[in-house]
Amino acid sequence: MKRLCLIAVTALLLPGLASAEELTGTLKKIKESGTISIGNRESSVPFSYLDDAGKPIGFAMDICAAVADAVKAKLGLEKLDVKYTAVTSSTRIPLIANGTIDLECGSTTNNAERQKQVSFTNTHYLTASAFVSKKANNLTKIDDLKGKTVVSTAGTTNMKQLVEANAARNLGINVLSAKDHAAAFLMVETDRADAFVMDDVLLASLAASSKDPAAYQLSTEAFSKPEPYGIMIPKDDPAFKAVVDQATADLYKSPKMTDLYNKWFLSPIPPKNLNLNVPMSAALKKAFANPTDSPDPAAY
Amino acid sequence: MLGSLDFDVITRSLPYVLGEGLRFTLTLTALATVFGLTLGTILALMRLSGMKALSVPATLYVNLMRSLPLVLVIFWFYFLVPYIGQFVLRTERPVQVGAFASALITFSLFEAAYFSEIMRAGIQSVARGQAAAGSALGLTYRQLMQYVILPQAVRNMLPVMLTQTIVLFQDTSLVYVISLTDLLGAAATVANRDGRLVEMYVFAALIYFVISFGASLVVRRLQARMAIIR
Amino acid sequence: MNYHWNWGIFWEMSPEGTGTYFDMLLAGLWWTLATSALAWIIAFSVGSVVGVLRTLRSGWVVMACNAYVELFRNIPILVQLFLWYFVLPEVLPAEMGRWLKTMPNAAFWTGSIGIGLFMSARVAEQVKAGLQALPRGQWMAGTALGLTTAQTYRYILLPTAFRIILPPLTSEMLNTVKNSSVALTIGLMELTAQTRAMQEFSFQVFEAFTAATILYLIVNAVVTLAMRWVEKMAAVPGYTTGH
Repeated sequence: MKRLCLIAVTALLLPGLASAEELTGTLKKIKESGTISIGNRESSVPFSYLDDAGKPIGFAMDICAAVADAVKAKLGLEKLDVKYTAVTSSTRIPLIANGTIDLECGSTTNNAERQKQVSFTNTHYLTASAFVSKKANNLTKIDDLKGKTVVSTAGTTNMKQLVEANAARNLGINVLSAKDHAAAFLMVETDRADAFVMDDVLLASLAASSKDPAAYQLSTEAFSKPEPYGIMIPKDDPAFKAVVDQATADLYKSPKMTDLYNKWFLSPIPPKNLNLNVPMSAALKKAFANPTDSPDPAAY
Repeated sequence: MLGSLDFDVITRSLPYVLGEGLRFTLTLTALATVFGLTLGTILALMRLSGMKALSVPATLYVNLMRSLPLVLVIFWFYFLVPYIGQFVLRTERPVQVGAFASALITFSLFEAAYFSEIMRAGIQSVARGQAAAGSALGLTYRQLMQYVILPQAVRNMLPVMLTQTIVLFQDTSLVYVISLTDLLGAAATVANRDGRLVEMYVFAALIYFVISFGASLVVRRLQARMAIIR
Repeated sequence: MNYHWNWGIFWEMSPEGTGTYFDMLLAGLWWTLATSALAWIIAFSVGSVVGVLRTLRSGWVVMACNAYVELFRNIPILVQLFLWYFVLPEVLPAEMGRWLKTMPNAAFWTGSIGIGLFMSARVAEQVKAGLQALPRGQWMAGTALGLTTAQTYRYILLPTAFRIILPPLTSEMLNTVKNSSVALTIGLMELTAQTRAMQEFSFQVFEAFTAATILYLIVNAVVTLAMRWVEKMAAVPGYTTGH
């Protein structure tokens, strides 16, 4: 029994010791620079966006703060500076790949194709791709978009789904691309585009925080099944991924996660003190209870 | 439509747009001018050196940079610089280069090509006989450049160089494409967030105009004074 | 280097379903050329008129044209495009604004006109400089021959002035091509924008950018060679311009 204990203790300690001795990759860099570089979004409400003072806040930013704390503890650092870099949907993947940012905290869909370039940690949200339009235009199904002008955000899976649906269904849609979600929504608001294709949760929050929320409606048909959002990390860095996976899993399984969810989805949030009022779905509850980084929508 | 304008949004976002945005723009302009000029002078001297090993790479570099749109170059460097760092420093992973440093490297390298052309024209504007006279007096290449050619060349090209700096100031607005918070980026963020495109973009245009126009008036005055001296 | 190269990507189908990634880039190149061409036509015609007017002896015309040049020269091209694309339709009467916004290829027309007007200020500067570089005697000779102001410009001053400024006009032309890439910010799918779209769909950043770089270099070379030929054709025997 004593021996067994010893083995167990040694087994527990060993990985910690090994990594403390020879850090590699991202962890080594964070330790040497005393800085972790986080990529934030500008208008992915409520995941990652800017408040009135231009400071990045949101659900994913809070998760990343927990991850940063875990990294700090793991490396035994007294102080860890967090450096924020604003990213867009189209710059985030190259910036993770080239090491400009260590973590991308926002609303990035985890899929198999992206995993060829980057890696993801445990899923923190599930959302389907839909479109928003003005009620007056009466657009609810994908086929209603035939011949219309439709915008999406450059570099998103939604853009790809829109382009693919356009080709597959021969809809003749005039596809516009916008730099970020706020700019894309504004194109619908100013009648430059008839609809905006994006993850439904982002569309709901954009519509809710617009000047006239009652004027917009979400489509009833979706472009995809609910897909997982994950925090993006560099590929081929198992040591860093292990720390991030552990930190997110610990957080997601704890009761703190419910509080965090309630804070961003069921309470008034800055800058306009708006309550999105999106209860946690059963699938997401499951994903938090058994954290997974699977890119497969069928796994949820 | 005009009636629904909300100029209050400008006052509310002033600390962000000017304090962060304009400061970023001006810092980037100033630093990129210094580095761009330094590198540009080196490139110009390389091209005029008469040594093929120096002049050919410099010429290729200058022509390449001058053939590409700045927007494309910004993307190139934003994504490539960390890998170059990895290659040069032989590190295991790409070297982390912040967004500002990346923009600074891009603008310095890009504008160096333009500054070098101005430098070259300026150096060539100094009468050839002076170089010959300098050599006859036994000056080294360095002395010749430092005491005879460059002081006159700089005087000749100063107005064009300052005008190029104004162009650089305007060009920095293109960092918008990689989401950096320069003057335009800050204005656009507020514009998109609050749905106040008209107010914010007109305001940004006004600031750019006032600074550029003001600077160009200074350049013109300088040019007039130089003309009297010569 | 932990980057996965795949040069074969150009021959893979793009998600647009209309062709390969290479076709996507070619479509971008086409828009780059179309936008540059229209923008240059605008820049050259407006710029020439403004440039000529600035050399006339009419105080208010010169002042108005100077104001025009200063306005377009001192606001960044990107900001100007935003003003035309986002601001103009909102400050126009609602009906006109709606027409502008729903017009097909709005980004192309806005981009071409915006870039054209921006470049016109620079062309105007060149034209003015070219005219001022001519000896005053030419103007006097024209007047002495009994030519009107318009005739003097048409038959004496402009033919020489344009020959003098052909080299700087060539570089302004190349600048127009380069500036057309800024129109990607208002959604024009020109070469740089298609390159980014390719990067976003395929994640092959550097292959895409390399291809775009080569295409821009080719366009540059073609324009430069064509203009050199024009310069040669336009040269007046015995009258060397510059150099």
